[in-house]
Amino acid sequence: MVMSRRRRQRIVRVAGYVVFALVIVAAVSAADWGRLSEAFFRLDVAGSMFPQAITVALRNTIAYTLLAFVFGLTVGLVLALMRLSSILPYRWLATAYIELFRGLPALLVLFMVGYGVPLAFPDREIPGGVYGSVTVGLGLTAAAYMAETIRAGIQAVPKGQLEAARTLGMSHTRAMISIVLPQAFRIVIPPLTNEIILLTKDTSLVYVLGVTSTTIELTKFAGDALNTRVNPTPLVVAGLLYLVITLPLSQLVRGLERRARRER
Amino acid sequence: MNTVSTIEIAGLHKSFGRLEVLRGIDLSVDPGEVVCVIGPSGSGKSTLLRCVNLLEEPSAGTIRVAGVEVTDPDCDIDAVRRGIGMVFQQFNLFGHLTVRENVTIAQRRVLKRSRAEAGRIATVNLDRVGLADKADAYPAQLSGGQQQRVAIARALAMDPQLMLFDEPTSALDPELVGEVLAVMRGLAAEGMTMLVVTHEMAFAREVAARVVFMDDGVIVEQGPPATVFGSPREGRTREFLHRVLEPTRVSETEIGAHLTE
Repeated sequence: MVMSRRRRQRIVRVAGYVVFALVIVAAVSAADWGRLSEAFFRLDVAGSMFPQAITVALRNTIAYTLLAFVFGLTVGLVLALMRLSSILPYRWLATAYIELFRGLPALLVLFMVGYGVPLAFPDREIPGGVYGSVTVGLGLTAAAYMAETIRAGIQAVPKGQLEAARTLGMSHTRAMISIVLPQAFRIVIPPLTNEIILLTKDTSLVYVLGVTSTTIELTKFAGDALNTRVNPTPLVVAGLLYLVITLPLSQLVRGLERRARRER
Repeated sequence: MNTVSTIEIAGLHKSFGRLEVLRGIDLSVDPGEVVCVIGPSGSGKSTLLRCVNLLEEPSAGTIRVAGVEVTDPDCDIDAVRRGIGMVFQQFNLFGHLTVRENVTIAQRRVLKRSRAEAGRIATVNLDRVGLADKADAYPAQLSGGQQQRVAIARALAMDPQLMLFDEPTSALDPELVGEVLAVMRGLAAEGMTMLVVTHEMAFAREVAARVVFMDDGVIVEQGPPATVFGSPREGRTREFLHRVLEPTRVSETEIGAHLTE
């Protein structure tokens, strides 16, 4: 008997589900749940982390993220405009910056800013202490990525928009501010939100600068708790708290993209 | 009486790389005159129009608008553009702004009119194109014909002494062409100086004081519509008009086809 296409598809799909379920069941039943929960899900250890996990660590993670994002967005916008400039040295400079900072690990840049700047300028320091260093250290890398995103957004605005604005007597700068950039930012809000998610996780690198009990962020906080309690439960708590930040942001991106599709 | 021509073009050349699009154009448009530019695609009509307000930089030649030489490197082009309204084939309304904001933004930012003043002038001009009730809509909510009428109102709100139209009806569904042409006809009747690149031969014949036929980067012939359409001197003009006005009568031999043995 020849199977119909629909029947064959259904059999293949059901077989796929069965195999998947078997793998899960095998993994779950083979795992030693007693030892696992003893290691990762100790409620007393988790409980001892609060409220500092939220009032200090989560708060600082969010603060570092926002500061680096605002710095990166500002520098990124300038770089994007330089990339699109008609002046060759600007384009060249922006391209060099973007290639350099996209190519370097964020950890390295953070380290250079944290320790290189004080060496280079012994009489001065970046204002804001660790907060300032993180803003610049993570922001410099973020700026390189955001510059490319913003450039793509500007180029996605039809050329006729700028022409129409110029035709009405606006200067190039005025036309960019009033007409092109507002539309470009609308286009790049979803990818920029992704950038915040990446930045949130990059704040886990801040420990290289040496943080104190007031400037500590989630990963370092969890690492310290791991050492004092000799139990990895804090890592699970930190992971969940990262998700508290990133999941709503992903949801936001999805919503914005859906709205953008509808408007087309 | 103003004796200075509104547009005066002399020896205009424009090249894109190796491609020479305009090869020596001389043209003047008098105050209050309506001039329609016709010709095949790629003949340089749009480029000519875009040179007048320097959206394209001429390669050679001079252009004067109301006596001001726009091709002078020291010319304040933003100031000159304020006096030249332009309407595009693709409308180019600002998508993030409402209809009213589209019409007021340049008045506010460029002419520094107050919000109230700009709003009043916007209402007058939207009313003129029959769209005062759409002031709070966004461009995406309007039909193509409505968008183009808003674009005309936006240009008029700047009190231009000259209007450039770059194939204003070419991107429109056929049933929407009439409403845009009606607005343009009204403008012409009010004495607006207009330079119109168009494929609407009926409009050119009826409204234009002068028709300019361009082909291959040069002006082939020009004159009153009755002459250019009624008894064209040049062979190229005759062939173009034949193909445009009588498309169903273009024979196979003319286009080199051998469909029938």
